[in-house]
Amino acid sequence: MKPAPLKYIAATSLAHALALKAEHGDEANFLAGGQSLVPTMNFRLAQPAVLIDINPLSELSSVKRENGKTMRIGALTRYRLLERDPLVAETMPLMHEALPHIAHPQIRNRGTLGGNLAHADPASEMPAIVIALGGRLRAQSVNGERWIEARDFFIAPLTTALQTDEMLVEIELPTRAQGSGSCFMEIARRRGDFAMAGIAVTLNLRKGGLCTGLRIALCGAGETPVDASDAASGLIGQAVDEAAIEATSAAVQASIDPPRNMQASPEFQRHLVGVLVKRALRTALERCAP
Amino acid sequence: MTTRYFGEPIKRNEDKRLLTGQALFVDDVELPGMLHAALLRSQNAHGRVNSIDVSAARARKGVVAVYTAEDLGDYWQPGPLLVPPPPIAGVVFNQRCQVPLAKDKIRHVGEPIAIVIAESRYIAEDALADIVVDLEPLPAVVNLEKGLAAGSALVHDDLRSNVAAHVRQTKGNYAAAIGKADCVIKRRFLYDHGMSSPMETRGVVAQWDGRANQLTVWDTTQAPVFVRNGLAGMLGLSERQVRVIAPFVGGGFGPKIMMFYPEEVLLPWAAIKLNRPVKWIEDRLEHFFATTHERGQIHDAEIGLSIDGKIIGIKDVFLHDTGAYDPYGLTVPINSQCTLLGPYVVPNYDSTFTAVFTNLPIVTPYRGAGRQHGVFVMERLLDFAAHELKIDRAEIRRRNLIPPDAFPYNNEIIYQDFAPLSYDSGNYEPVLDKALELIDYNNFIAEEQPRLRKQGRHVGVAIACYVEGTGIGPYEGAKVQVQANGKVSVATGIGTQGQGHFTSFAQIAADQVGVDVRNVDVVTGDTDQFYWGAGTFASRGAVVAGNAVNEASKAVRRKILKLASEHFECAEEDIELGNGEASIVGVPGKSVRLGELAQRANPMRGAVKPGTEPGLESTQYFGPPGGATANGVHAMIVEVDPDTLMLQILKFVVVHDCGTVINPLILAGQIHGGVAQGIGNAFYEKLVFDDEGQLLNASLADYLLPTSLDVPRMELAHTVTPSPLNPMGIKGAGEAGAIPVGPLFAQAIENALGLADQGIELCEIPLSPNRLWELIGKQNR
Amino acid sequence: MSDTQHEIAVTVNGTRYERRAEARMLLSDFIRHELLLAGTHVGCEHGVCGACTILFDGHPVRSCLMLAAQANGHEITTVEGLAPSPDRLHPLQQAMHDKHGLQCGYCTPGILMTMSAFLAEHRAPDEAQVREALSGNLCRCTGYQHIVDAVLDAAEKMRDAKLREELP
Repeated sequence: MKPAPLKYIAATSLAHALALKAEHGDEANFLAGGQSLVPTMNFRLAQPAVLIDINPLSELSSVKRENGKTMRIGALTRYRLLERDPLVAETMPLMHEALPHIAHPQIRNRGTLGGNLAHADPASEMPAIVIALGGRLRAQSVNGERWIEARDFFIAPLTTALQTDEMLVEIELPTRAQGSGSCFMEIARRRGDFAMAGIAVTLNLRKGGLCTGLRIALCGAGETPVDASDAASGLIGQAVDEAAIEATSAAVQASIDPPRNMQASPEFQRHLVGVLVKRALRTALERCAP
Repeated sequence: MTTRYFGEPIKRNEDKRLLTGQALFVDDVELPGMLHAALLRSQNAHGRVNSIDVSAARARKGVVAVYTAEDLGDYWQPGPLLVPPPPIAGVVFNQRCQVPLAKDKIRHVGEPIAIVIAESRYIAEDALADIVVDLEPLPAVVNLEKGLAAGSALVHDDLRSNVAAHVRQTKGNYAAAIGKADCVIKRRFLYDHGMSSPMETRGVVAQWDGRANQLTVWDTTQAPVFVRNGLAGMLGLSERQVRVIAPFVGGGFGPKIMMFYPEEVLLPWAAIKLNRPVKWIEDRLEHFFATTHERGQIHDAEIGLSIDGKIIGIKDVFLHDTGAYDPYGLTVPINSQCTLLGPYVVPNYDSTFTAVFTNLPIVTPYRGAGRQHGVFVMERLLDFAAHELKIDRAEIRRRNLIPPDAFPYNNEIIYQDFAPLSYDSGNYEPVLDKALELIDYNNFIAEEQPRLRKQGRHVGVAIACYVEGTGIGPYEGAKVQVQANGKVSVATGIGTQGQGHFTSFAQIAADQVGVDVRNVDVVTGDTDQFYWGAGTFASRGAVVAGNAVNEASKAVRRKILKLASEHFECAEEDIELGNGEASIVGVPGKSVRLGELAQRANPMRGAVKPGTEPGLESTQYFGPPGGATANGVHAMIVEVDPDTLMLQILKFVVVHDCGTVINPLILAGQIHGGVAQGIGNAFYEKLVFDDEGQLLNASLADYLLPTSLDVPRMELAHTVTPSPLNPMGIKGAGEAGAIPVGPLFAQAIENALGLADQGIELCEIPLSPNRLWELIGKQNR
Repeated sequence: MSDTQHEIAVTVNGTRYERRAEARMLLSDFIRHELLLAGTHVGCEHGVCGACTILFDGHPVRSCLMLAAQANGHEITTVEGLAPSPDRLHPLQQAMHDKHGLQCGYCTPGILMTMSAFLAEHRAPDEAQVREALSGNLCRCTGYQHIVDAVLDAAEKMRDAKLREELP
């Protein structure tokens, strides 16, 4: 189908974009990569009256390491850049591992990290990644800026904590901790499809093999990306052996309430999450450097 | 005559245009003043239309016209029955055909209610939202068994039930024979075949030239000749006033031969009425509702065998979902009924089906055309029998194969071409042997599988056999002509949707007439270029049109030889053709170019002998007495992840016999493509309707077509058992790849996971990780 | 005003075009019906099938997911611009012909654009990499095998540096 009538404005600066959004409110959408928004417009499920094209704002595309412990990624950074950036591979192996699962190269050539997070599809990979990494997101409006923790950002399907006049402009993520191991895995019907279930795990071990830290986030397992870290916290202080892995898997499974999706019933999704927890933990464990 | 091209993997003549973006598809047609159409389609599956208010739509800027059924007047009529029921005793058939625009009732989601014609498709879609329809929803008939139960809503109010058809065919006497069986297997099977989903959706452009009194219609149809004939009749025009062009078409697979789609009927009428060209291009969302599907059947089947696994008889009672209308008659369920018999000796057969009207889109043939359903039932019954009788799966098939000296083999029951189901030729055991050899069957079971199992891997092997009735009538024709420039033109009435006709037909003509295959220009799908024909369907293009091309080429060859012998004043036996010229054997330098001969054959002045036909041209027709039966065996090794139920195909083998092969490269492509669609059908593609007849997964994001990562590398082999029914010995091959993949998956997954030992059987298609988990889990919980 | 016409100055296959289009016109429709470059095909308009793939500033993208207005000031390559000259084909086009990698040809332009860009970035891909790169383009006719053969064949030919120099 063709989109409904709309007004298109190419933003000339960040201030311009924010002013337009403040003016038009809910009637306007930012157009970033468009890989999530335009399909919904083509189905006429979304009918924005105004599209503010922020692609000209090249200053919003950047990947920087700060003080050795933090990565700052501009919201308009395209997946294509993130995939090929050796800094990303080195400092955020979890994100690096997840990126090739996102759709297909043509999508990743346009799609942006910020656009995907702001779209907040609960089956998307990046929301789970930023939660698993414990990141925070910077929102900006004509009234100023604020930081939002990743775990507080995703409210409901396709709904974030962004106010009507706010734009997500930057994502801050901690770099990989020494000796930690991470793993991203998903089970999808076809490569690039939305996952029936997906998991992002970061695991910290102390010398001697006891778990000192564990973050687990799931995609496709709830109405929003699911932070299962609390449910899995029983593993902290334990040896990461098969019995502990089994117990963690069971605990995570019990904590979720998967919505049905087209390819998997809630029971099957729950089952897949259990399988993923085990496999991802085993892999993350192997990757913990001594 | 030495052949240079026939049987060779000649590269395609049509490729360059397609590779450089120069090929014309229907949406590429741009005409001055062209308008664009969009159709308002029902959001409900079943309902009474009380009123339609198009006034706001008509008032929208950029909208030129809006039409409903009322505006069509006498032009409004249900479509013709394309395929009458075969002459089977006792057949019950209720003909109910689709209409161009809904009048009183809506019978499936997507049924057109109104057509908007505007300056752009964008505006036309805007106007759809302006139309107000007062629709009184009715309960939807979605489930076949519930649809036949007393008290069900009726899809067609003037019928007393939702029975569209009832057919029973028998061979031998099952009831009498079954008592002698040592083993009887009885099961219920569910087989759901999906949508064709070609990459190009449908489209129609209609242009009326009021001064030349000519209508030109570009249409993605697989049957341009019959569309031309039908439109002429409907519009009160002579056939000569109507030209239908099926240009390059982006995949057909069956549903593009269905006619008359509402848009095919509406666009020409509107173009004449408005005196402006009109274009309608189906978008992908519409395609899910507006183009026909194949769908499901429920089989309650039983097989009786002797202790050594020989089939004594089969009884099958099945329900067939025909959708809201049945313009294509009984082709699909008859194919299921007939193809179930497969390559096996089945002395007693009792098959009954009831076709059921539902409030779902119309069902017409899609690659395989119902054969899949029958093959699934037979292959699964044999698998279960093999398990019970403790006979190897391949062995039980071998024991039942029709022996090579039994051909033509008459299965007696009536086939889709209204003739008794007779297999013209076949040699089945070598095909099975070859497949077993290529998949390394015995070694896999004895060595590989146990070895991999010890490593914790769940791998399985499967083998499935099938036959395919192809190359049916009525006929096709071809005109072959040597042009003044020495090139050869070939025109035929069928259309092409990627099968390589521009090359395979060129190969036939090039060999007969002695020119370079690249100098043969083939025209298909243009009713002004060739007047007669039926269309591209049922794996018949190469057989029927190919033979017509051959006959016409042979006739042209005879004319060339005669003319050349007169020219050189020698005997015809002394002439040889090659490289575009006629020359005298053994006399170098004595040759004349074919183009020059063609010119001589069309003198501008002077007298000719009575009875002389000008030029080097001939039109010939070919109509086979019956279908030619191709056959094949597929084999597959699959690995299943027992935790996620995801699978990976490790090896895929197809051994195929389609008689004489024109172009092995094109044939391989056809088989690869068929297998890919079979894989989609077996494990990925499922149309999900809810109880209200709403399609829940109407997008390519949710209706899963296999990608390059889902279709494995395939290994192909062929045997050649020529057909005695046509001079070239050809059998069709277009649908073969798609037919046995469903039972192959079921068998392989059972074998990989050891399901038989757990008492779990897979009796349905499509499967998926989710469905497998439910079926296996249900047993274990 | 939703029927405002936007100025679009875009270079396509090396030729500069200046046109106007309404805001909501999709780039795929603009290329096909405004610029009359009909080689780029439309298969779904929901960003799944890949038939509409073009090169946008050198990278494969789905043109059905962009607005024409977004192309202002950018460079596009379509299938019509792939061959180095009217009588020579791009090695991938040639390989597709040699290996019978197309049947109906409808998905082919999208595949040519996706995989020519892939080959420019990957000198020696293996079959698994080719299939992965191809997985965002749907084909309903070929079963992909001959396409994969064609890409591998083209990769081998393109390792010839002299040939690479002649490509656009």
